Amino acid sequence: MLEKLILNHYEIAAVILSGIGLMNLLLQRNLIRKIIGLNIMNTAVYLLFAAKGYNAEYPPVPAGLILTGIVVTVSVTTFALALTLKLYETYGTLNIDEALMKMTLQQEELEAKIEAQEEELIS
Amino acid sequence: MNEEIKAIWKSLFDWVMGNGPRPENEVIPDEPPPDLPFTRKPKDKYSRFHEATLKERYNQWLEIHGLHMFSSLYSGISVLTCIVIVSLLLATVSELPSLSDERNLANNEIIRRYVERGGKETGAQNIVAGLILNYRAFNTFGESAVLFTAAVSVLMLLGASRRNNADDEQSMKGNDSGKNFMQRGPPSVRLHTFRRDDAILRGTASISIPVILIMGCVIIINGHLLSGGAILSTALILCANAYDFERVHKFFNEQIFITITSTSLMIYALSNIFNGGLILLPNICIGLIVAGTLYGFYALLSEGEI
Repeated sequence: MLEKLILNHYEIAAVILSGIGLMNLLLQRNLIRKIIGLNIMNTAVYLLFAAKGYNAEYPPVPAGLILTGIVVTVSVTTFALALTLKLYETYGTLNIDEALMKMTLQQEELEAKIEAQEEELIS
Repeated sequence: MNEEIKAIWKSLFDWVMGNGPRPENEVIPDEPPPDLPFTRKPKDKYSRFHEATLKERYNQWLEIHGLHMFSSLYSGISVLTCIVIVSLLLATVSELPSLSDERNLANNEIIRRYVERGGKETGAQNIVAGLILNYRAFNTFGESAVLFTAAVSVLMLLGASRRNNADDEQSMKGNDSGKNFMQRGPPSVRLHTFRRDDAILRGTASISIPVILIMGCVIIINGHLLSGGAILSTALILCANAYDFERVHKFFNEQIFITITSTSLMIYALSNIFNGGLILLPNICIGLIVAGTLYGFYALLSEGEI
């Protein structure tokens, strides 16, 4: 098993890269860093694909098929960045904890306002 | 037997709810004076000696330590999941055939056929172009549809807020009351404000933009769609940065963006259906889609509009 692991070093690099990306995705609090982690995971997938599809006689075929993966990555990254931009415009922060805190504070303010209005109506 | 269990259960319930036997030094306060009318006070919830129940103690503990505990638990669990997933993947990888093995996935008849007979069957000069546009035509179609969908959704997300803000500003100018100002959200942030009258950048751009455009067209016609489209969009981005976004607006605005991408997507779909070994037309279509969407992404994220 260890011999196989040493022989398959491209795949092992891909697995480690995906682990790094997953850790970034789970542990970072900054949204931009989370998106970078997602991109690292995508790169790991490309590496795995290229390593498994490598063929010494006919090299260009798997490389042509990774194109789809690259396009999907670009689309997903751009959409995530646009959502992050909107979040930054609304709450003024990229940290997800701070944004959540501001969100709950706003919610509480809104509820207090509604309660005050109801009391006014009742009285 | 049954009653014993009931008694034990009841004592447990009393302990949890704080109704247990009172301590001996319990002080019962005197009865409060009777409420006068119009001076209603909130009643004391616990008029007698009150032992905090388990639930209340738990809530107190949660308020003090909860966030810290949760964050450390979260990071611990995520590290554990990551280690488990990586070790599972490593175990899988150790079973895979190695790079030069006969049993490898890449060593099958499909690739041999693509490479050996692709030139005759598709009529393409370039094997990759024939592969993408003929054998894998529907795959490429889905890919360009994904790109188009992403471009449209980003346009909806970022373009709608700009339009709303413009409307608000107009209404602000119309009636100068502060009421509208309160209802409006925070102003949109302009992210990208550096001066665009750099002489070196302009000189370089005026020489290199035509070269880049020709290069992009050549690459697209030779069959490398994504890189060709990206090179075309690079020319547009360079033009926008060296001169101004206004100058690009003259020949590439939102309407033209929508028409170009959607019509080329439709032409590509039609040529997929009536597949006659034609490669040049879908080739150009995908190049246009990629160029338009990449420039659109750049303009939307940096400037907020196309």
